Amino acid sequence: MNPIPIIDASSAAALVEEGMTLHVGGFLGCGSPDGILAALLARGTRGLTLVCNDTAIWGAKGGRSNGVAALVAKRQFSRVIASHIGTNPETQRQMNAGETEVVLVPQGTLAERVRAAGAGLGGVLTATGLGTEAADGKGKVTVGDRVFLLELPLPGDVALIKAKRADRAGNLQYSKTARNFNPLMASACALVIAEVEELVEIGEIDPEHVHTPSIFVDYLVMAGVK
Amino acid sequence: MIEYLENKEIIARRIARIFKAGDVVNLGIGLPTLVANYLPEGVTVVLQSENGMLGLGPAPVPGQGDKDLTNAGAAPVTILPGGCFFDSATSFGIIRGGHVDYTALGVLEVDQEGNLANYKIPGKMVPGMGGAMDLVAGSRIVIAATTHFEKSGAAKLKRRCGLPLTAAHEVDLVVTDVGYFEVMGGAFRLLEWFAPYTPEWIRERTDADIEVMSGCRRSDIE
Repeated sequence: MNPIPIIDASSAAALVEEGMTLHVGGFLGCGSPDGILAALLARGTRGLTLVCNDTAIWGAKGGRSNGVAALVAKRQFSRVIASHIGTNPETQRQMNAGETEVVLVPQGTLAERVRAAGAGLGGVLTATGLGTEAADGKGKVTVGDRVFLLELPLPGDVALIKAKRADRAGNLQYSKTARNFNPLMASACALVIAEVEELVEIGEIDPEHVHTPSIFVDYLVMAGVK
Repeated sequence: MIEYLENKEIIARRIARIFKAGDVVNLGIGLPTLVANYLPEGVTVVLQSENGMLGLGPAPVPGQGDKDLTNAGAAPVTILPGGCFFDSATSFGIIRGGHVDYTALGVLEVDQEGNLANYKIPGKMVPGMGGAMDLVAGSRIVIAATTHFEKSGAAKLKRRCGLPLTAAHEVDLVVTDVGYFEVMGGAFRLLEWFAPYTPEWIRERTDADIEVMSGCRRSDIE
């Protein structure tokens, strides 16, 4: 296994170009790559499509904010694909005002669409959303006596993910519920940047306990380093 | 004259009695989360949290929370011995694959056909469905947990939901602060009522088909 480059957060943010589709790990800010997101906020790249479970927590007027919330507020995303925007009133405002296109996707369907993109599948069949607005405009497939919605893969240009620990080859381990969408995002994007808290030498992570194999990861960024 | 008083605790207490030891249960954020406080002695259920864990434990001692360990509402939690973590695809595989026995979640409206609306009021409140559509479509038994009335006084139990649906024909049980219902045959079947309300009072104030079953009884929960 060969070491992969370790770059700083602003160099990572520079790899994200206007108009790209960006997959970001995290669940209401838990397990989100905060250092890279802060650098991307400072850089101000716009016209991005965000694929993320949610738009994190936005506390206006100095309240607690986390994850991608500040990037939403700065209007860096022209399109948001997420399952939940309820803890970010600014996303809801932009959606209702027609300023940002927001596509709401059931959480399990979002996970499988991202996974399908990473696994080379042409889509997935799910009963989730049948008989609801989530079924509008989607194909239906009957298998045996059951009807399913056809949900299409959701690939991306760049994944920004967060892990607890990496070795220099880019093998990753996550921590507790900070895992969430991170391994899925890592599989589905052309370029994958992982922000990590600890770096160890190649061979120091037990191969039985690697969560994301190194071949998915292109760059490492150390968390907490400016 | 019976006066209605909102009572979330009685809903949580009644739902807590539905489970048996070993059931895998997902409790939605808000009122359903309270259910965990009222599980009967000796009934250990396995709580699933859709952000990626089984064996969800109580909140940590204040100040002892772990930034990497939260529930699906971003609140700090703990994990019980024997619990485990997994990614979101595995989590929803558990949910969609029918491995969750019960999901209890809040509603804006529930109707007598088992339709549920809880994620959107067009033009007003659009938080998104999060995991609710998968949970309601995938769990074996779906429990709608809700106060019986809106602030306006209208019952949340309807003949037909008017709001966008979270799922069609998936609700099995409804527990409110006036009674415990089964949704079957195009009606709410009253199984238990909570004093001081009565079956007659509940039927008068709910614009939906409510059948009072022969075994229907007054709950012993006070």
